[in-house]
Amino acid sequence: MKARLLPALAITFVGLLICLAPLLWMLSTSLKPFEEILKGGVSLIPSHPRVANYSEALHQFDFLRSFGNSVFVAVLTVLGTLASSIPAGYAFARLKARGSNWVFIGLLATLMLPGQITIIPVFRVFASLGMVDTYAPLILPAWLGTNAFAIFLLRQFFRTLPEETMEAARLDGASEGKILVRIAVPLAKPAVVTVAVFAFLASWNDLWGPLVYLHRQERMTLPVALVDFVGGAATVQGTPWNLVMAAAVVTVLPAVILFAVCQKSFVSGIANTGLK
Amino acid sequence: MSRAQARWCWLMIAPATIGLLLFTVGPMLTSLWLSFTDYDVVSTPKFVGLANYKYLLTADPSFWVSVKVTALYAIGSVPLGLFAALMVAMLLNLDVPFRGAFRTLYYLPTLLPATVSGVLWAWIFQPTDGALNQLLLKVGVHGPAWTQSPSWALPALILMSMWGFGGAMVIFLAGLQESPRALHEAAALDGATQWRRFWVVTWPALTPTVFFNLTMGLIGAMKAFDQAFAFGQSNGAGVGGPARSTLFYVLNLYTKAFEHFHMGLASAMAWLLFAVIGLVTFINFRLSKRWVYDEATG
Repeated sequence: MKARLLPALAITFVGLLICLAPLLWMLSTSLKPFEEILKGGVSLIPSHPRVANYSEALHQFDFLRSFGNSVFVAVLTVLGTLASSIPAGYAFARLKARGSNWVFIGLLATLMLPGQITIIPVFRVFASLGMVDTYAPLILPAWLGTNAFAIFLLRQFFRTLPEETMEAARLDGASEGKILVRIAVPLAKPAVVTVAVFAFLASWNDLWGPLVYLHRQERMTLPVALVDFVGGAATVQGTPWNLVMAAAVVTVLPAVILFAVCQKSFVSGIANTGLK
Repeated sequence: MSRAQARWCWLMIAPATIGLLLFTVGPMLTSLWLSFTDYDVVSTPKFVGLANYKYLLTADPSFWVSVKVTALYAIGSVPLGLFAALMVAMLLNLDVPFRGAFRTLYYLPTLLPATVSGVLWAWIFQPTDGALNQLLLKVGVHGPAWTQSPSWALPALILMSMWGFGGAMVIFLAGLQESPRALHEAAALDGATQWRRFWVVTWPALTPTVFFNLTMGLIGAMKAFDQAFAFGQSNGAGVGGPARSTLFYVLNLYTKAFEHFHMGLASAMAWLLFAVIGLVTFINFRLSKRWVYDEATG
């Protein structure tokens, strides 16, 4: 390491501490007893670490159920996104049919469209189908390729695959469906992982959708449950921030774990496509 | 063979095509029509011409408030976020050790749901027990009431938004890595200072990336909702509060649509937002010709 990199390393490290301080604060608050919250102070180490905050938070509010709801919605959303966008991405990259280009342009255009513009009519349709307060409005669109980012990302990746392999399979009489499943998808694993992680996070973190479509408390996903909890948790003494932060940690944890596991392909996926 | 291919093509894009018609094209047309009606979900929509638009622009007590809140937020948060993202990206672009780990950890906050960010920062910004004001007190500064103050709640949200710089940072990093190394070395040999090398070599090559991040950042800021909703819910002043100082445009739209069921009015708001996003993006593209470096024309 060159000597002039030392100050850069120091700055990078201090910057990182500042950047992660709020996260540490969240963790630290979640372990403090309520009296310590009331006393104030900025100590990162709780005076008497209290893991019971977690079980209390989980009891006061049905977080386990919300957690399960979130998992259910996220998993089905990811599956739907993959099922609808892998074939679409492949077709847009490799196959030609009259008019298919227009569909692609249309899908790209939806990337710029604010979701608020379609929410009311879509809500109307789901309401008329009696699907409000069910998970269908949150999951169904994913199965119909509404994740244009996913389609675009996969298309870009499928375009980089060597044509010869597929042409050879074609000459052997393999159908396009077979080529997709047997050749293209195994080669596109990093892109598929990136899309799956993106879809999971988008669903896991979504507040708007559940807020609009879900009504009953026992149906709520984690972000709505968290917001409801913090809104209703205040007592005469003040908001029990220790419990709120415990709930927040639980909300965040699966996303962080998933990120830790997949971060390599995920970060390069963002960089390659310019997605958030 | 090509007919079989066309059949496969349509088969594979069929779900997405149906989705596009069902969830985008159809609803857009319906929403445009609804914006000219009075509609409360229960009764049939009643055509009212331009009345919704007229009401929003001239009579609605909250419309311009939320336009102002959102504009101030965009003007404040986008440059701050881009600046932070660029600084960190440039640091990481030096060959510091553990670069990969740093990059991952710097990205971590961006991963959090905006809801959690909103709740967490509402706690940090609490006027008396909040960590920020407690820290300020240690250096002898009496911090403002942030979440409780109509003039400081929005700045608090702007500061909070900086925390999500990770997405732009990763894209900047990719842009920096494309910056031509040979040019850097030539400039260094010519004795150009670091500062000068940044402006002559790094910056021009980076301008398309800056432009991309700027455009996406502005669109994102105009659509801000989650963090504002969560922040308002946690600060005790209610959503949009205190005193409507964090009543973001989409928050206003949400309230009109799903709390008061003024669906026609909310549809008109959505179309105005769409128009403004289109306009801002268009202006952005036009202005970009003056400062974004184009390799083809130099």
